[in-house]
Amino acid sequence: MTDIILETRGLTKHYGGVHALSDANFVLHKGEHVAIMGDNGAGKSTFVRQLTGVEQPTRGKIIFDGAEHLFASPIEAREAGIETVFQNLALADDLDVPSNLFLGREKFLFKLGPFSILDKKAMREATIAALEKTAVKIPNLMNTIRNMSGGQRQCVAIARTAAFKSKLVIMDEPTAALGVQETAQVENIIRTLKEAGEPLILISHNMRQVFDLVDRVVVFRRGRIVANLRKEETNGQDVVSYITGAKTGSEYEGAA
Amino acid sequence: MAPTSPGIGGLTYDPAKKARPPELNVLLALVLITVAFELIGRVFLGDSFLFNTRENVDSIFNWQRLNIIILQVSIVGIIALGVTQVIISGGIDLSSGSIVGATAMIAMSFAQTALVNGNPNPKAIFGDWAMDLPVMIPVLVGLGCGLVAGFVNGALIAYTRIPPFIATLGMMVFARGMSRWWSNGNPVSFPTEGYATIGKGMMPVVIFVSLAILFHLILNHTKYGKHCYAVGSNEQASRMSGIKVNNHKVLVYTIAGMLAALAAVVLSSKNLTAQAGMGVMYELDAIAMAVIGGISLQGGRGSILGTVLGALIFGVIISGFTFLRLDAYYQEMVKGLIIVGAVVLDQWRQQKRGRG
Ligand SMILES: Nc1ncnc2c1ncn2[C@@H]1O[C@H](COP(=O)(O)OP(=O)(O)O)[C@@H](O)[C@H]1O
Ligand SMILES: [Mg+2]
Repeated sequence: MTDIILETRGLTKHYGGVHALSDANFVLHKGEHVAIMGDNGAGKSTFVRQLTGVEQPTRGKIIFDGAEHLFASPIEAREAGIETVFQNLALADDLDVPSNLFLGREKFLFKLGPFSILDKKAMREATIAALEKTAVKIPNLMNTIRNMSGGQRQCVAIARTAAFKSKLVIMDEPTAALGVQETAQVENIIRTLKEAGEPLILISHNMRQVFDLVDRVVVFRRGRIVANLRKEETNGQDVVSYITGAKTGSEYEGAA
Repeated sequence: MAPTSPGIGGLTYDPAKKARPPELNVLLALVLITVAFELIGRVFLGDSFLFNTRENVDSIFNWQRLNIIILQVSIVGIIALGVTQVIISGGIDLSSGSIVGATAMIAMSFAQTALVNGNPNPKAIFGDWAMDLPVMIPVLVGLGCGLVAGFVNGALIAYTRIPPFIATLGMMVFARGMSRWWSNGNPVSFPTEGYATIGKGMMPVVIFVSLAILFHLILNHTKYGKHCYAVGSNEQASRMSGIKVNNHKVLVYTIAGMLAALAAVVLSSKNLTAQAGMGVMYELDAIAMAVIGGISLQGGRGSILGTVLGALIFGVIISGFTFLRLDAYYQEMVKGLIIVGAVVLDQWRQQKRGRG
């Protein structure tokens, strides 16, 4: 079992009466890229929020890198090695690119509690290095990101995960708002992650993209995992029938 | 959007291409307003606003007027520095004027001299032990008042999620009541010589300028400063990025409270007296300075430099109206117009930005 990087057992999240996530049993192996698919409101983002410490699950276990974790905050999840590109990006419009990359984990010249002095040069250089990996064009690094295009902002968000060492990358609909070219760029970044052996959870509605990029597809429906399909053993039509509820995986019979 | 030129990894870093700092517009406004007063003065009064016209004084500029301008904005300017970091963080502070009143009363009570012209001090609130204390005592007591008031503001806003407007409005009323209760209707005068030097002459200007430089550095080069902009720009993203937003807010309001308290110490020292009504409307003047200086009331944008320029514009306008011999009523009305005008301008800028 040592090649498992992430496992959830019975992960459950209720918002009052809303059962957004019920009994999710999920496994991710080292180096593996898995897609999570499902209709809007199926609970995909909720699942991500439990994994990344943004929220705390109602029930269930998260075993990451061999140890059970209960992340009290996103920063704890990040410190454990989970880097996330959230669906709403979590960027600050009025800050420049380096400040966004290092938001909440700035580099310092010297430490003085809250008044620690920022090492702007080091952050700028690390930003350039991280953006080079993503090969994205940004008109000027030192301008605020307010006026950047959707693709550029997405690349800033992705570069944020690339700037730090991580054991797992999670991307929640990273190309949902992007044009064709920008989408291709993000897909290239995902391929380099695969080559580097970095495990990834990709949430996407794009069937072509999913079949291009990942090893396995997990389907969510109404807060439950209803299918776990190896790419070679399935196809687009099959996946769609799980998403719509026309079919339910044999191991999940009676669950939905 | 500007065309992108490919650099390293398709990336360019050109400091020269940095967007024009908004402070330039404020500076331009300052120059235009000053020139306008100069022209109006020359044409209608046959007098100069800026330049020396007295024969017996050997100087190019009217330093007397310029000194008054900067002196009269310095004390509210100290408050405006605190208000600036509050607004950048996405909040507002309506309590600063009342904190000035309460702090001035309390600090002054600890700054009493034992003998007034050889007679026992009639205003000594406490017994003999509280007279002729070293100057540090009233200053620390004053700063302590600001610290407590600011901390309560911040804690209310961060932990009970009361909107900043309401929390600081409550503090505004509470602190004013406190200063009335403490004063019991009487002003407190007769500070020690040491206390009287704090706000003497141009000291308020020296204190204001030093603090402005300090806070400029803090906002631009420290984690605290970066987090002010981050929290004001996108609180949710800041939280998700691991910034301890609640602690940050408590610190922001605490610092603002302490700056208001410092302004109270300087003001009561300068006036050699404290009364319950001190600092009324100062919170609005301070907010006006920040707003004129180009701060966004939505948070995330603004700077100390902008606020300092805003304070100067504020001072020039007040002084200009006196120069044109317009009534104080007009001054108040124009102040109101300026505040609303500056906010409208900000909204308009943002809509333009939103449309791309
Ligand atoms: N904070 C919340 N409070 C109440 N209900 C929520 C909250 N967040 C999500 N939900 C609900 O949980 C369900 C799953 O949402 P979500 O995880 O965002 O779906 P997906 O990302 O798959 O589109 C939806 O019905 C949504 O309305
Ligand atoms: Mg979602």
